[in-house]
Amino acid sequence: MDADPIVKVRDVSMRYENGTHALNAVTLDIPKGNLVTLLGPSGCGKTSLLKIIAGLLKPSSGEIRINDRVTHAPGPDRALVFQDFALMPWANMMRNVAFGLELRGVPRAERHRIAQKYISEVGLTGFEEKYPHELSGGMRQRAGLARALAVNADVLMMDEPFSSVDEQMRRKLQEDLLALLRVEKKTVIFVTHSIEEAVYLSDRIVLLSRHPGRVMRIVDTGIDHNAAPEDIRRDPRYLDTVDDIWTSLKGYLN
Amino acid sequence: MRTVRIPSPFSLLIWAALWEVGGRGLQSDLLPPLSTVIGVAFDVVHLPSFWKALSETAQAFGAGMFLAIVLGIPMGVLMGLVGAVDKLANTWINIFVSAPLTAVVPALMPLMGIGQTTVVATVFLFAVWVITLDTQAGIRKVNGSLIDMSKVFGATAPQRFFKILLPGALPEILTGIRLGVVRGIKGVIIGQIIISLLGFGALFEEYLQAFAMASFWALILIVFALAFLFVEAIAAIERRVDFYASSR
Repeated sequence: MDADPIVKVRDVSMRYENGTHALNAVTLDIPKGNLVTLLGPSGCGKTSLLKIIAGLLKPSSGEIRINDRVTHAPGPDRALVFQDFALMPWANMMRNVAFGLELRGVPRAERHRIAQKYISEVGLTGFEEKYPHELSGGMRQRAGLARALAVNADVLMMDEPFSSVDEQMRRKLQEDLLALLRVEKKTVIFVTHSIEEAVYLSDRIVLLSRHPGRVMRIVDTGIDHNAAPEDIRRDPRYLDTVDDIWTSLKGYLN
Repeated sequence: MRTVRIPSPFSLLIWAALWEVGGRGLQSDLLPPLSTVIGVAFDVVHLPSFWKALSETAQAFGAGMFLAIVLGIPMGVLMGLVGAVDKLANTWINIFVSAPLTAVVPALMPLMGIGQTTVVATVFLFAVWVITLDTQAGIRKVNGSLIDMSKVFGATAPQRFFKILLPGALPEILTGIRLGVVRGIKGVIIGQIIISLLGFGALFEEYLQAFAMASFWALILIVFALAFLFVEAIAAIERRVDFYASSR
């Protein structure tokens, strides 16, 4: 057990009304300041688990503790980046990024000032007045990330955030995310089905098996994420961990 | 094969020319030539009876549409959000939306009297169902992840309604209102004609009784033009939200 877990998942099971047994007795610690990835084949309940931690889904049993307090609902300590971006198509990028602050009643000038800072951090300066349909997929997800950062939550959750952009953009977004996290110092819970993405980004990878989802293995990558992107991808630990995880998961694909 | 495109103002001109030529050829009082009708239209709009009819019609139409919108939209939202309400109401509303409601108007008269109240009720009955159904469809179209997003970022229930659900459903709501207006215009004229004491209904009746066909056709032209312009104005607002209708 780690010294300082910010999120504790305790014995969480999830059974949907239609009988699907999505998660079975999942217990997990997310250490403060780490990037932890939930990785597994489709149907392993990784998105269900993320939604439970976000407070969007109620687990059938078990509990989520954030900073050692049991939580059942979304809270200002957590922010989520969505797979389909979840930007309001009727609002320009600035309003979308500032939306979390708008909901909290932060005055307009103040929230625009804060949003502007994160818009520039994710590299979207100059596109504030554009509407989502005028932005590329990569830019939309940058806006989604800026919105999550703008509310200054301790825990940033990302649900397959780069799966709807093309491969080159995906790599760029991964590199930019690591660069951003060096500045922002967040705890990140990341969901993906890509092994390479998981190993490249994560301090710790939680492998989930499916039907029902349960923790199969926990892998600490030991990769230094301050290194240059090409150094990480050439690091023997990166290559070995990718192989190692692939060997573990292969058995579950039949 | 080349398809010949006829621009719409041009097709209007062809029909106008046909009316003119036909009217002159027939030499009948039933259908005067278009030029005569247009000339009479300018006289008609200067009569106090026209302005009285227009104001009565506008009042009944406005009141009926107002009720249809303020009751139809919340009903549609409720149906879109609560499965039980949808199950309870959906079949009935689908019956009403396609029913020939004209048949009901004579039954309204003993209930509401031979006056504006009945016309308002007719406009309401004609317009409300399509607004409800389209609002429900719009609410259903709001992306589930936008609702999740509002929850994650701490939206209260009213915030979720006004900042996500309503703007999210706006394209369908506006379509519903436009179709409701089309039906409401029919409703106001049908109601007035059945009662035949009010507004344009009374005026149509008066012209027919006096066999003033040029005035009758002139009034038809004016009412059609007003209805068309009104509906087009709403369609213009509708087009302004088109840009996000496809990307929710």
